[in-house]
Amino acid sequence: MKIGVITYPGTLDDRDAQRAIRLAGGTPVPLWHDDDDLKKVDAVVLPGGFSYGDYLRCGAIAAKAPATKEVIRLAAKGLPVLGICNGFQVLVESHLLPGGLIRNEKQHFICRDQKLRVENNETAWTSLFEKDQEILIPLKNGEGGYIATDDTLKMLEQENRIAFRYVETNPNGSMNDIAGITNERGNVVGLMPHPEHAVEAGFGPDTPTAMRSGIDGLLFFESVLKMVVNS
Amino acid sequence: MKLFNQKTLEPSGVDTTDNASTEPDKEQPWQELGLKQDEYEEIKNILGRRPTSSELAMYSVMWSEHCSYKSSKIYLRQFGEKVTDEMKKYLMVGMGENAGVVDIGEGLAVTFKVESHNHPSYIEPFQGAATGVGGIVRDILSMGARPIAVMDQLRFGAPNHPDTARVVHGVVDGISFYGNCLGLPNIGGETVFDSVYQGNPLVNALSIGSMKHEDLKLAKASNPGDLVILFGARTGADGIGGVSVLASETFESTGPTKRPAVQVGDPFAEKVLIECCLELFHSGVVAGIQDLGGAGISCATSELASNGGKGMRVQLKNVLLRDESLTPEEILMSESQERMCAVVPKKRLKEFERIVNKWEVEYSVLGDVIDEDRLYINWGHEEIVNVPPRTVAHDGPVYERPVAYPAYQNELNENSSAKLPRAKNASELATQLMQLIATPNQADKSWITAQYDKYVGGNTALSMPDDSGMIRVSEESGLGVALATDANGKYAYLNPYEGARLALAEAYRNVAVTGAVPRAVTNCLNFGSPENPEVMWQFKEATAGLADACLELGIPVTGGNVSFYNQSGDVAIYPTPVVGVLGVIDDVARRIPSGWQDDGNNIYLLGTTFDELDGSAWAKDIHDHLGGQPPKLDLAKEKLLADLLHGASIQGLIESAHDLSEGGLGIAVLEASLRFNVGARIWLGDVLDRDGIDQTSALFSESQTRVLVSVGREDDVKFQALCDARGVPCLRIGVTDATSGLVEIKDIADLKLEDIRHSWSGVMSGLFG
Repeated sequence: MKIGVITYPGTLDDRDAQRAIRLAGGTPVPLWHDDDDLKKVDAVVLPGGFSYGDYLRCGAIAAKAPATKEVIRLAAKGLPVLGICNGFQVLVESHLLPGGLIRNEKQHFICRDQKLRVENNETAWTSLFEKDQEILIPLKNGEGGYIATDDTLKMLEQENRIAFRYVETNPNGSMNDIAGITNERGNVVGLMPHPEHAVEAGFGPDTPTAMRSGIDGLLFFESVLKMVVNS
Repeated sequence: MKLFNQKTLEPSGVDTTDNASTEPDKEQPWQELGLKQDEYEEIKNILGRRPTSSELAMYSVMWSEHCSYKSSKIYLRQFGEKVTDEMKKYLMVGMGENAGVVDIGEGLAVTFKVESHNHPSYIEPFQGAATGVGGIVRDILSMGARPIAVMDQLRFGAPNHPDTARVVHGVVDGISFYGNCLGLPNIGGETVFDSVYQGNPLVNALSIGSMKHEDLKLAKASNPGDLVILFGARTGADGIGGVSVLASETFESTGPTKRPAVQVGDPFAEKVLIECCLELFHSGVVAGIQDLGGAGISCATSELASNGGKGMRVQLKNVLLRDESLTPEEILMSESQERMCAVVPKKRLKEFERIVNKWEVEYSVLGDVIDEDRLYINWGHEEIVNVPPRTVAHDGPVYERPVAYPAYQNELNENSSAKLPRAKNASELATQLMQLIATPNQADKSWITAQYDKYVGGNTALSMPDDSGMIRVSEESGLGVALATDANGKYAYLNPYEGARLALAEAYRNVAVTGAVPRAVTNCLNFGSPENPEVMWQFKEATAGLADACLELGIPVTGGNVSFYNQSGDVAIYPTPVVGVLGVIDDVARRIPSGWQDDGNNIYLLGTTFDELDGSAWAKDIHDHLGGQPPKLDLAKEKLLADLLHGASIQGLIESAHDLSEGGLGIAVLEASLRFNVGARIWLGDVLDRDGIDQTSALFSESQTRVLVSVGREDDVKFQALCDARGVPCLRIGVTDATSGLVEIKDIADLKLEDIRHSWSGVMSGLFG
C-alpha cells in the first residue's frame, strides 16, 4: 500500500510521517509540492511544519501548490487524506475542511503530550479506534486554536464530524475543545496533534507504563491501510 | 571570466587600490572601526600602502575580538596542546574549523558546537536569540552534517527586576520561533537567574549534526578555477551596526544611515537552505563550503582562500542585494542571515544550478579561485581590495593582555559559609527544602521548554528535564549521542580554575548518568572585558582549569567560542565557562531517565558527602551569601563513577540515575520523584554516620561526584557488588513508593508530592505569565 507524504518548502515532519507509515506496514512515497503527479498513491498525508514560512496565513500558500490542487481533486473522489498540524491548516485553507485556525489562546507555541478523545471512529483514519477511546498524542503548534461560525460548529456537532476532542486541557483555546475534524464522507481528516510522533516505543510521549512508550498514533496509519486493503 | 573585464569606465567614487597609492595620506576612520594605532600601522605594513576603505572594513571586522580571538588565542592553544594521542582517537576535525567533528562509530560522525549571542540578545532579545540559533546551525551545516538538535544555555538577571521579563520573553520566543521552524528538536539546556546578568544576559546556543564520515566538508578553496558562489538570502543592511562608523559620514554615504545593529532572522529561508545544502553535498558538486556569520563576505572569502592556501577574485557587484544603495564596504561587512558561500568546480555549475533552482534559492557567482596568494575584490571595473587572504583571516594580532589577581579575591574566599546558621530542627530543614525547590533557579522550567518542539525528527530519546539530551543517530542500530552543558558562575567566581573543572565534571556526569560514554567537549567562555586585568586573570585560570581537566578525563575540546565584554560599566558578570560534553551510546534503548518510575526500588547514593556549602544554592538562596571556595573535585573518582554507571547500564542494573548538583541531595530527591510522580521514603542516618556530617550538609551540600540511582530489588546484590568492585562509595538511602504520594524524609518531613509539584511548577508562569 502506497501512502504519499507531501513536502512543501518549510515542511518539517515529512520524514516522521514517512517513518510512521513504514512502521504501520505501508510504503511511504515522497511527493513534491511543485509536482501534480501524486504517483498513484492510495492515500496522502499532509505533514506538519511551516510551509512557505507560514507567510500570509498558515497553510494559505501551500493550499495553492500544484500537489495540493491534485489532492483536492482526488479527495472529492474519495482519496483518504490526513492533514496534521500545518497539514490541517492547509486542508482548511483548501476548503476541504471547514473553519479556521488561529494563534493559541496564550500566544505561545506549545509542545505537550495531549490527551484526546476519539469522537468519530468511522473515518478512513480512525476506524481502528474505539469510539470515545482516550489516546495520548504529542501536540505542538503556535496557531492551533480551532474557530468556526456557530452554524458550522452546529453542523459539525450534528453530523458527527468532530473526529477528536481535547480532554482535561484545551491547550490552545479551540472552540468546543475541537482537536480534529473530518469531511462529510470521512475520507479527509485534519487535526492539530501529531500522531506521527507517537508510533515508536522509546520516542513517543511518556505513559504510566514507561518513559516515551506511547504509540497511540500508529492506529491512524493502520486504519487507513486496513481500509485501503479492504476496498 | 567576463566578470573581470577591465573596461575604461568612469570612476564610481569608491576608494580603490589606485586611490590608496595616489592618496597615501587620506585620513581613515580606523579608530572608530575599533582598530588600535599599531594594528592600523600593521595593516599598512602588510599592504605597503594605506588600506582602501573596503580593506580597512575587512581588517577591522576580521581583527575584531569576536573574529580573531586576539585576547584569548594564547590561552585557547592549550586545548590543542594538553591532549594525548588516545584523546585524539575519535577526533576527525579539531579546533579552528566551523565546528569539531567526532567519530561515533559505524561510519558515522557528529559535529557540535556552542556559541554566544549575548549582546544582540540584550538589545533585541527576540532577533538576537533567533539568529543565535540560526548562526550555530549554519556552522554545523557547513561541516557537511545534517543538523539534528539544538540546546540553549540562558542566563538572565534577577527574576523580579522590571527588565527581566522583556529579555526572557524575547529570548524564549526567539529560540522557539527559529528552532521550531527549522524542524530541530530542542533537547535541553540551562536557565539561570542572577542579578549579575541583569545588563548582560547570556544567550548561548548549541547545535549538533550528524553525517557519514565521507560527507565531511571543509571550508576551503583549494582548486584554482573553481567558482565562488554566494547563495541563500540576499544581502541587506542588517548587522552592520556593530561597526557603527560605516553608517557615519566618513565613508561615501549615499545610502540609508541608521543600521539595525542586530541581524534579522528568517528561519524559513534557513530551513530551505539546509535542505538545499544537503542535496548539494550529496550530489558532490561542492568542493568547499563556508557559512556567512560574523563579518559576512569578508570572513567567508578570506577564510576559504586562506584555508585552501590559494587566492580568489571576487566581483562584489554580483552580490544580490536587498537594498541597492549599499556601499561596497557595507556589503563586505553585512551580517545578513541565511547565506552560504560554496566553492564549485566550473563543470559542476549546471548541476549546482539545477539543485538551487529546485529549492528556489537565489545564488550568484561572485568569482573564482586563483593560484596566487591574493584576494582581489572588484567593484565593477575598479579594484577595491588586493590583500594576502591569510593576513585577513588568520594572521591577525595576538595579545598577551595584562592579568592581575583580583583585589577582592582573598576576602571573597575567606568569607566562607561556615558562619551561616544551620537549621535548628526538622521543620526548619523542611521549610528550607521547600523554599529551595520554589526558587526560580530550581523550579520547573517547562514554561520555557514547552515552547520548544522536542519531538520533530522522531529521534529524541531524552530531553528536558532529564540530565542530558539524547538523540538517536542510526535508526538501524540505535546508535546515538547524549549531550549536556553546564556552568556554575558562582563557583567560577569563587575560583575560576576550579569553576571550569567543575563545569566540565558536571556535564560529564550528566552524560554518564544516561548510560552514555563521554567522548568530546565544546565550550562557550563568557567573561567580562579582557582589558580588565582581573577578568583576564579569571580567563587565564578558567582555560587552564578546563584544559587540565579535559586531559585528566581524557576527552578533547573540539571547538568553542569566547564571548568577552559581558559587563555593564565596571561590573563584569561572573566568569561563566559553559562546558558541553558529548557522549556516545551504542543503543539509545538503553538510556536511563533521571527519575524513578517503579514501586519498591532501592535508592542508592553514590559518592561521598562533605560539609561543602560555600557557593551553594542553600547559601545563596536561603542566606543570600556567596563566598568561600567551591566544592572539591577529584576527577579520578569522577571517571570511576562514570565507568561504573556505564557498566551498570550495560548490565541493565539501574532504573534511574540523577546527578547531584545545585541544591544537593534534597533537591535531587525531589526532582527524581517529580519526574514520573513517584514518591520515596528516604533516610539520611547512614549518610550522617558514614560521612560525619549534619543534616543540613546531608540535604544541601553540593559535594561533587555524587549520583542518586534507583535499582530493582532483583538487581540489588549485583549492583552493590559492582560498586564494591569498582570502589565507588554506595549507600542505600531509601526506597521508591508509587502509592503513597509522599516524599518521606525520615526525621525531617513527610512532603506531599502534589504540594511539592505545586510549589515547583507554578514559579515560572507566576513570574512571566
